[in-house]
Amino acid sequence: MAFVQQSSPHAHSARPTSRVMLWVMIAALPGLFAQTLFFGWGNLINVLFCIGVAIASEAALLRLRKKPIGFFLRDNTAAVTGLLLGLSLPQFAPWWVSAVAVVSAIVVAKQLYGGLGSNPFNPAMVGYALVLVSFPVAMTTNWAAPAMLWEGAPGFGETLATIASGQQTAVDGWTMATPLDEYKHKIASHTATEVLTHPTFGDGIARGWEWVNAAFLAGGLLLIFLRIISWHIPAGFLGGLVLMSLAFGNDADLYAPLSLHVLAGGTMLGAFFIATDPVSAATSHQGKLIYGAGIGILIYLIRTWGNYPDAVAFSVLLMNFAVPFIDHYTPPRTYGHHKPRRGVPGSQG
Amino acid sequence: MTQLWDFAGGIHPPGHKDISTARPIRRSGIPERLILPLQQHIGDPAEPIVEVGERVLKGQKVADIQTGMGVPVHAPTSGIIESIAEHPVPHPSGMADWCITLKPDGEDQWCSRHPLSDFRALGRDRVLEIIRDAGIAGMGGAGFPTSIKLRPPRDRKINTLILNGAECEPYITADDMTMREKAGEIVAGLKVMAWILRPERCVIGIEDNKPEAIAALRRATEGTQTEIAVVPTKYPSGGEKQLIQILTGMEVPSGGIPADIGVMCQNIGTAVAVSQAVFQGTPLIARVVTITGDAIDEPGNFEALIGTPIEYLLEQAGVQQDRLSRLVLGGPMMGYTLTTEAVPVIKTTNCIIAATAAELPAPPPEQPCIRCGLCAEVCPMELLPQQLFWHSKATEFEKAEHLNLFDCIECGACSYVCPSSIPLVQYYRFAKDEIRVQRAEQLKSDRARERFEARQARLEREQEEKELRRRERAKAAAEAQAKKKAEAEKAAADGEAVDERSAKSALVEQALARKKAKAEAAQSPAPAKAAEEQPDIEDLEKQLSNAMSKLETMQGMLEEAKAQQADNVEKLERAVAKNHDRVKRAEEALAEARGKPADRPAESQSTH
Repeated sequence: MAFVQQSSPHAHSARPTSRVMLWVMIAALPGLFAQTLFFGWGNLINVLFCIGVAIASEAALLRLRKKPIGFFLRDNTAAVTGLLLGLSLPQFAPWWVSAVAVVSAIVVAKQLYGGLGSNPFNPAMVGYALVLVSFPVAMTTNWAAPAMLWEGAPGFGETLATIASGQQTAVDGWTMATPLDEYKHKIASHTATEVLTHPTFGDGIARGWEWVNAAFLAGGLLLIFLRIISWHIPAGFLGGLVLMSLAFGNDADLYAPLSLHVLAGGTMLGAFFIATDPVSAATSHQGKLIYGAGIGILIYLIRTWGNYPDAVAFSVLLMNFAVPFIDHYTPPRTYGHHKPRRGVPGSQG
Repeated sequence: MTQLWDFAGGIHPPGHKDISTARPIRRSGIPERLILPLQQHIGDPAEPIVEVGERVLKGQKVADIQTGMGVPVHAPTSGIIESIAEHPVPHPSGMADWCITLKPDGEDQWCSRHPLSDFRALGRDRVLEIIRDAGIAGMGGAGFPTSIKLRPPRDRKINTLILNGAECEPYITADDMTMREKAGEIVAGLKVMAWILRPERCVIGIEDNKPEAIAALRRATEGTQTEIAVVPTKYPSGGEKQLIQILTGMEVPSGGIPADIGVMCQNIGTAVAVSQAVFQGTPLIARVVTITGDAIDEPGNFEALIGTPIEYLLEQAGVQQDRLSRLVLGGPMMGYTLTTEAVPVIKTTNCIIAATAAELPAPPPEQPCIRCGLCAEVCPMELLPQQLFWHSKATEFEKAEHLNLFDCIECGACSYVCPSSIPLVQYYRFAKDEIRVQRAEQLKSDRARERFEARQARLEREQEEKELRRRERAKAAAEAQAKKKAEAEKAAADGEAVDERSAKSALVEQALARKKAKAEAAQSPAPAKAAEEQPDIEDLEKQLSNAMSKLETMQGMLEEAKAQQADNVEKLERAVAKNHDRVKRAEEALAEARGKPADRPAESQSTH
């Protein structure tokens, strides 16, 4: 009788990559729900479209690379990339902007580097940065004005038609500058009180955005609870951002206040869903903290002194560059050793 | 309450322990044949001390260790030695090894035993000897000979003696059931070991999923100093290094042993064996084995004789052959699969899982690593499993070693949680093996180089010495030749007797040269040795050089005679030819003596 021959361990937990990715998508749903509630159907349409394009381009590239298509599509990673782009892009971004972002994310940033697990850069952020640099008009003038779904925001059909029309700018009345954009450009010539009268801020901190961020925070905490992500990257990310804001941005008449940094823009989506992409992040706990903090600090620097109102994509990509360096110098101390063995073989320490 | 520490990482796989704890320990009885491997643990194999066909008694030593690290093997029952041959043994490789096969006679007749009631009356060395003679090796893992372990280096005082009852691997309940049923013997064995080691602290560490075992040991240790430490269930809390960390907060230094920090771990089964050896005079001839898995009808624990074929135990527990897909020896985390049921129970066999395909399914195909880091989170040694994986896969062993590959205990926690179902431990084993092979080859090539260099140096030195001697000889020969030439010229005028006379004078010359060379050899001590080694070559060289000088003389004479158109030209020509042949013969003889083709230096050619 021939018994199964296998190397130990013989038991395995049942949480494959596909399930992990599914949980990431589920955890993003509250955020998507809040986006739809406050900014209309744009994000939902983008999400569905981006996921479709992502899966199609992944399948096409797998075919070109002669890889088993079904085996790799089932890991759900392409869908997650599509989802993240759909959540990040402006609500009324023309379809081709989204398509360019997704295709460059999947084809260039992921598959050309060798597919899942081999990409040094966060694919979604490569796509996002590419379209942000290439199509600045489409990427800044298509943010939906905050309006509750039932308060006269454009309907599903209208939104779909606008996105599908492919025009660089959407209907004027439906769009509005984002809170971070508004604050950044007005604060040079106005006081904080004057700036905050703009309807984009609403009555609270940043109308709609605060809820969207709160929802992504909730989804992110769920991921930590399920041990799908570790707390280190979000903690470093938010810690870096908060510390920078406290250190430099205490004067609201000069710089955006802390509340806006944390609850407007893509902060929570970035901290829990984007920066935590394990493939392009640092590996050890210490490394993850440094990596996250680097992103948080860079976001503050770019938002405050750079040209862009939000900066998750650039910050994540810049820290992706630093990952091998961080990894070299942050290995954990192994059991039974006095100190961690830093650096490369043959080096000191 | 004993203070506890936590260890890094760890996992909580389903226990599956209640499958095999429902029934008390059963005696499996005497099978038709017992197979006793000569090597049942790390170290050296024992040597058989019985003959085929010999009758042995139960408990009689059948193999002993003469030199090196090991323990003797005993007959588990009385019977006839049937063979001493290769037989499949429990080993991950699935290979066969030397085993003594015993055919039981059914009488189960004991040899004489010497139980001790007061072991304290004997010296510690004597008690250690009893433990060694009882064939006791660690019954938990690698099977380190217990008597050697109980004698730590002189400068390592054992402060804490730990009895490892954690049994953290799923399925296995051998220690659990032993603790429930033999708590008294465990405590007695611990007492003996504590007396030998004199530690300040004795702790029995048990996972909190064994309440009955904890209660039994609490009762057995009542009124003693022995602590019962109930540790939280988390795999691999029973790993030696992890249990030490939990119970003492200390870490075993990398590459060191627990004794380095004053700690020693012993297994539950080992304590029982020590107790039986000392108090009953019984060698280690049986052990408790868990037979479990979904393909077993009546899973449970068996007290099986060492050497019992696993086949026999599976039958006793009611195996469903048609459902059995994987036979694991050990636990599902660190055990290995067996290729055959014919292998015997050995001293380290704690569990056999007869698993169905649904129970331990084949892992799904390996997916790419997404660097999720779950592996690093569960690693009890705080390694970076994914980096080790990348480097192992890319055969960048230096980098893997730099990241402490050799601290990996192969517990399998990383593979267990890997969402991409990568067989990580297999990669680490591969890398470790490759590095070991490389190291062995490096050592071998270093030695070969040293040997080669030493040989080169010796050859050069010999060559130089030889050259020096040769030059001196050549000088002497040239002088002799000049003298002889003068004589020969004189003789040439006489004509007739040239040949004989010159031959005579050549002989005299030869003797003179020989004497001179000998004197030289005696004066210089260094070459003397070389001369001693190759006396033949020396002689032959002398003969050759003499023959050559004679040939030269003859040629000179011949030319002169030709120029003068003398009558003896024909005679001289014959003499030259004869001498030529002699030179050639001498050359050949010399070449043969040197053991290389005849490529004599230029001097011989110049004479042609």
